[in-house]
Amino acid sequence: MTASYHIESHCRITEGRISKDGKSLFESAETEFSAFIKSAYKALEINYSKFFKMDSLSKLALVAAEMLLLDEHEKNMALVFSNKAGSLDTDRKHQHSIQDPDGYYPSPAVFVYTLPNICMGEISIRHGLFSENSFFICNRFRADDLFDYTNSLLGMQKAEKVLCGWIDFDLGKYDAFLYVVAKNGTFIHSKESINHLYQTQ
Amino acid sequence: MTDLKLELKEKIIEQLNLEDVSVAEIGDKDPLFGEGLGLDSIDALELIVMLDKDYGIKLADPKEGKQIFESVETMAAYITSKKTE
Repeated sequence: MTASYHIESHCRITEGRISKDGKSLFESAETEFSAFIKSAYKALEINYSKFFKMDSLSKLALVAAEMLLLDEHEKNMALVFSNKAGSLDTDRKHQHSIQDPDGYYPSPAVFVYTLPNICMGEISIRHGLFSENSFFICNRFRADDLFDYTNSLLGMQKAEKVLCGWIDFDLGKYDAFLYVVAKNGTFIHSKESINHLYQTQ
Repeated sequence: MTDLKLELKEKIIEQLNLEDVSVAEIGDKDPLFGEGLGLDSIDALELIVMLDKDYGIKLADPKEGKQIFESVETMAAYITSKKTE
């Protein structure tokens, strides 16, 4: 018999709004992502000085994860993320810095973020996680893949819980949907629930 | 040299994204790494790039960095000594 799992909690960040489990935690009319995420960081009283050194994708991921992991004690938690743009936004910044042979000054602080899975490393450092992590690049949000991979990790006892979802940032547009899958929770962990929560929150 | 120290503090805050730090909070002799400003290895690389980009100074031996980047004062002294060479 296949064990069933549940969605314990979920967080959405898009279009100037941050919500957790359907409840709005923060709203802003800021149209620029950098101003929006900075005001969210301050309003939600997140205290992590490394935050300001991160690229936009990592800032988005860290704030979304922060909403879900603030009171979380389980450290055996895998991370399974996906997005469409990879780290393209930061890749462009890096490319711009090396474009001119006479002004060749690549920034080490930018370069270290030229992989999308770095944002999972930032979350792992922040929350002391030493578990499995995977980052998939897909053309669109794919609940099927996240569901199968998450169930596989839990079924193989690679983790007690899985933080998974979609973290996408490119050209100022942002969309984050993270959720925690565990043995217990409000929603049954199913492809339908994942799609429903992503589309309605 | 005082102007240079002020300039360095402003550059460090801006280029290393030290959002919650003001110029007044950085003492001339405060350690930049470890217990001082808490800079890390990536920040050290950024400082090396800054020396090159803004002051035209290339570190021949990266091991020198430990001494040069000890504080704003040691950075200013190094830049001043290179300018007068």
